[in-house]
Amino acid sequence: MSYMEFEKSKKELINKIDDLKILSKTEKINLDTEINLLEAKVKKMELEFYSNLTPWDKLTIARLVERPTALHYINSIFKDFIEFHGDRYFGDDKALVGGIASFEGIPVTVIGQQKGMNIKDNIKRNFGMVNPEGYRKSLRLMKQAEKFGRPIICFIDTPGAFCGIGAEERGQGEAIGRNLLEMAGIKTPIVSIVIGEGGSGGALALAASEKVYMLEHSVYSLLSPEGFASILWKDSSRAKEAAGIMRITAQDLLQLKIIDGIIKEPLGGAHRDIDTTAANMKMVIEKSLSI
Amino acid sequence: MKFNGLFKKNKYITLSEGNTVKGTKTSPNIPDGMWVKCPKCSCTIYKEDLEKTLNVCKKCGHHFRISANMRISQIADEGSFKEINGNLKSRNPLNYPDYDKKINSLIEKTGINEAVVTGICGINGNPVVLAVMDSNFIMGSMGSVVGEKITRAIETAIDKKLPIIIFTASGGARMQEGMLSLLQMAKTTSALSKLNQAGNLYISVITDPTTGGVSASFAQVADIVLAEPDAIIGFAGRRVIEQTIKQKLPDEFQKAEFALEKGFIDIIVPRNSMKETLSDLLRLHKIQEVK
Repeated sequence: MSYMEFEKSKKELINKIDDLKILSKTEKINLDTEINLLEAKVKKMELEFYSNLTPWDKLTIARLVERPTALHYINSIFKDFIEFHGDRYFGDDKALVGGIASFEGIPVTVIGQQKGMNIKDNIKRNFGMVNPEGYRKSLRLMKQAEKFGRPIICFIDTPGAFCGIGAEERGQGEAIGRNLLEMAGIKTPIVSIVIGEGGSGGALALAASEKVYMLEHSVYSLLSPEGFASILWKDSSRAKEAAGIMRITAQDLLQLKIIDGIIKEPLGGAHRDIDTTAANMKMVIEKSLSI
Repeated sequence: MKFNGLFKKNKYITLSEGNTVKGTKTSPNIPDGMWVKCPKCSCTIYKEDLEKTLNVCKKCGHHFRISANMRISQIADEGSFKEINGNLKSRNPLNYPDYDKKINSLIEKTGINEAVVTGICGINGNPVVLAVMDSNFIMGSMGSVVGEKITRAIETAIDKKLPIIIFTASGGARMQEGMLSLLQMAKTTSALSKLNQAGNLYISVITDPTTGGVSASFAQVADIVLAEPDAIIGFAGRRVIEQTIKQKLPDEFQKAEFALEKGFIDIIVPRNSMKETLSDLLRLHKIQEVK
């Protein structure tokens, strides 16, 4: 059963429970045992389903429009976030946000790939696909952080670096390569957290860090499973199969020692309870900065 | 009447089944690979003539893709090239079907162990670390071994206080190794960061094609970036961009000349003056001893 199918059948069950509740109220019949039984069943179903998610399910969850974005976490984990704009060469990329904030009383630099919170917002944010000016803004903010001795926290959530004429003309490859090269030399600590989709070099450009963590249901991959299937098998419809062999989940990558740890999400995914997710994340950031 | 019908058309020799090749047209008996067709001007060139002109078409100047070994013979002083790490061999971290088999058959076919050959050599007497990628080996894609060999070549340059020249030719990351391929981008650039701190010269020479993960890591962040005429250089593949923007791209898009125009390449150097240009650059970077 896929994520969508599961959520649909779960909703049907919940509707039935609601019907029973209404029925017991209007007809004044005691249906508590039946209702409790059904509610327990839903809970058990959920527990079982969410502890056996396939890579494809995780990808589906990571791509949900309702999934919390970088700004959600920045605003709930840090105090006094002040956003800075622009790369000083070309423009301001809205698919990448960054600035300074305070974390447990110490000043930090935060940078995140920003997806839209709805369709309209997504068009403004270019679906989280960063252009070269975004990567150059990120590097500018990192250099600034180094100058003032601030730790850097990066939130990763992108399908990949943007593929377009302008992006090529302005040197997408150079911008990512330069970020990787410079990040390796930055003297202040950098902590990166994959919060949704970590797609290709576009994600790596914010993840060449001392510590990399992933949310429980996030994914991080060489490229999208659609792209993988299209390149290797000339058939992007085999994406589900590709997701199965690419090892894209947080659990797989921890096993391969590519990441340093997994941040727990509430049952059903981060969007069910942003505060709890943010609190879990805060603990991990605190630990990795050893405050 | 013995001669009756002897000179008529219906007299023919019949062959037994075993001697016939079904469905093939007869063609003149020319051994394979004696002639090559220029992909740019479509003229037919005698292969031995092509080799005399360094695999450049005499008519239109098209630079054919060449193997790493041929490149080394064109650049390094005769007999000076000493290979390093020639025995590293790729494993199959994702257990991708038949990946080992593919690697083995390519090792046999190309005579090199992976998509890059690294070593130390002289260029007109100037000692240098040289890394040359080979597009005949899974499109020069970068997996763990390619990343490791490039990294070790950079480290050798640091240790021996030598300049390093990397000839790039790669379609990008090696799909079959998943995330491990992506991490090579961070590894190689991190080594370059150390090289920069040590103050060694790094020259990259972009040859056809240089795209994806290699274009977004070590290819474009050198002190001096050279390119061969007409070489494709870009982050996203042409097909991917065309699909994204739903329009056809002009022919010159992502060519070396385009990248020069946009400011990402220092000089375009034709193959027949490559060795001289490199040796001039090396000579001008020699540290003058203080008297």
